Amino acid sequence: MLTLSHVFFLMGALLTATAVLNALERRWWNAGFWAIPAMPCLVGDPVLAALKAGTRWPAQAMGVGVIALALIAPRTRGGVKENDPAEREASAARLGDRLFIPALTIPVVVAALVLYVRYVGWPVTRLLDVNQAALISLGIATMVALIVALIVTRAGPVQGLTEGRRLTDTIGWAVVLPTLLATLGAVFVDTGVGKAVAALVGYVIPVESWLACLLAFGLGMVAFTAIMGNAFAAFPVMMAGIGLPLLITRHGANPAVLGAMGMLTGYCGTLVTPMAANFNVVPAILLELRDPYGVIRAQWPTALVLLATNLVLMSVFVFR
Amino acid sequence: MTSYWPLLGVAVVVAGFALKRNPMVVVVTAGLVSGFAAGKSPGDLLALLGTAFVNSRSLLLFTLTLPVIGVLERAGLRERARTWILGFTRLTLAGLLIAYLAVRQVLAMFGLIYVAGHAQTVRPLLAPMTDATSTRQLGALDDDTRERVRAISAATDNVGVFFGEDVFLAFGAVLLIKGFFDGQGIQLDPLTIGLWALPTAIAAFVIHAVRIVIFERRLRRRIATAPAAKETR
Repeated sequence: MLTLSHVFFLMGALLTATAVLNALERRWWNAGFWAIPAMPCLVGDPVLAALKAGTRWPAQAMGVGVIALALIAPRTRGGVKENDPAEREASAARLGDRLFIPALTIPVVVAALVLYVRYVGWPVTRLLDVNQAALISLGIATMVALIVALIVTRAGPVQGLTEGRRLTDTIGWAVVLPTLLATLGAVFVDTGVGKAVAALVGYVIPVESWLACLLAFGLGMVAFTAIMGNAFAAFPVMMAGIGLPLLITRHGANPAVLGAMGMLTGYCGTLVTPMAANFNVVPAILLELRDPYGVIRAQWPTALVLLATNLVLMSVFVFR
Repeated sequence: MTSYWPLLGVAVVVAGFALKRNPMVVVVTAGLVSGFAAGKSPGDLLALLGTAFVNSRSLLLFTLTLPVIGVLERAGLRERARTWILGFTRLTLAGLLIAYLAVRQVLAMFGLIYVAGHAQTVRPLLAPMTDATSTRQLGALDDDTRERVRAISAATDNVGVFFGEDVFLAFGAVLLIKGFFDGQGIQLDPLTIGLWALPTAIAAFVIHAVRIVIFERRLRRRIATAPAAKETR
């Protein structure tokens, strides 16, 4: 049965290939850098299993890898040259709309698999882990699309590796940044940063006012999401600190409404923080923007107006 | 008694980003500071970092799309996307972006999150299309303006997926909300949580669509008042 582990193996293999291609060109820092994130993809499951059994050194070795990533990252070098624009124009004219077929293969295969698993099921549900259907479908779709792309463009299979490596080196260390930020989020949770923030907020708000509690909850979601880069990390902290004891228990808020709107209020924070690297920093690099915060600059007004709207919506619907 | 020392890690993050230090260095330093401030031993902290790193590996998933996108870029996908969109002679930049926003949001509402994204669709398809459309509609753009068009394309993808994904289907966020309340002995129906995301979803669409229209209008004014930009590509 296909599980997420198989998808991780594939990612590990790809990162290893990127490391090897860099090593062949004697770009040692880059080679070393890409070898590190390959590790949790290739041997992540045994590491977690060992930890459960009480053997800690594999997990600690991964921890050393995390520190090594930070030390190597500033020394890595940028992208590899693309092919000639004239060559691309000629190829585009020759292949025409056929070029869209592999590009559309990804969404079509993802959609087909996800919807099939949900509404039909058998026999696909016996072939892949249903709980991870969306991510496994993405893994399958990228490989199907790669095969279609190689057929359409008549390129050799090695080109998949060299072009994948080109883009990986172009994005550079930002590829690993979202993973490291999630790691930091876990450290923050474990060391009690969340509890400390909630306790601080609890000191400063007048708890007898429902409006003050609601504002503290909403703005706290935004601030904490911006710090953690992730509303999912902020939600349990703010709910346990303010939402549940003050808004729901004391002021009688509706939990479903508060939960849904509170989470979306947190997303306004995601739109404005570089900590949400996969949404805000990686695209700036993918689109070759000189301003690393260009995407945030483009979306903060939307976030601000939506935050205000959401606070009003909450004050109207939460206490009904 | 709550300890406030781990908050030093947050201070490191804020200071690091404000001083524009390498984010990788900032993030790892913040983790170490927060861990030591909480009184963890080096062995415990390494194990915590390593375990969290392994548990976060699914965030590397987008690297799987890079080989196919790379092969297609080499074969001229972006160039073809430009030519193709120019065939729609009455399409405006705002029209294109709002249509993308709507499609992205509706797909996300039905749980189709990964059908699009910055690597899959924004870089190879949407960005060349918005660039070509705005150039055709408004005249040649200077570098700064081109970057802003690309940035709002990425922003539109983010807004679409963020404020679509929680409606209708029990997905990541909805399950997390339900899970939290389950733990507190409050039973909620996932569909009810999802439907309460709808007002915000509609508001997000309207707000961002209006912003796109304003963006296009400003762009037109900017280009009209700077005819010199026409010479640069």
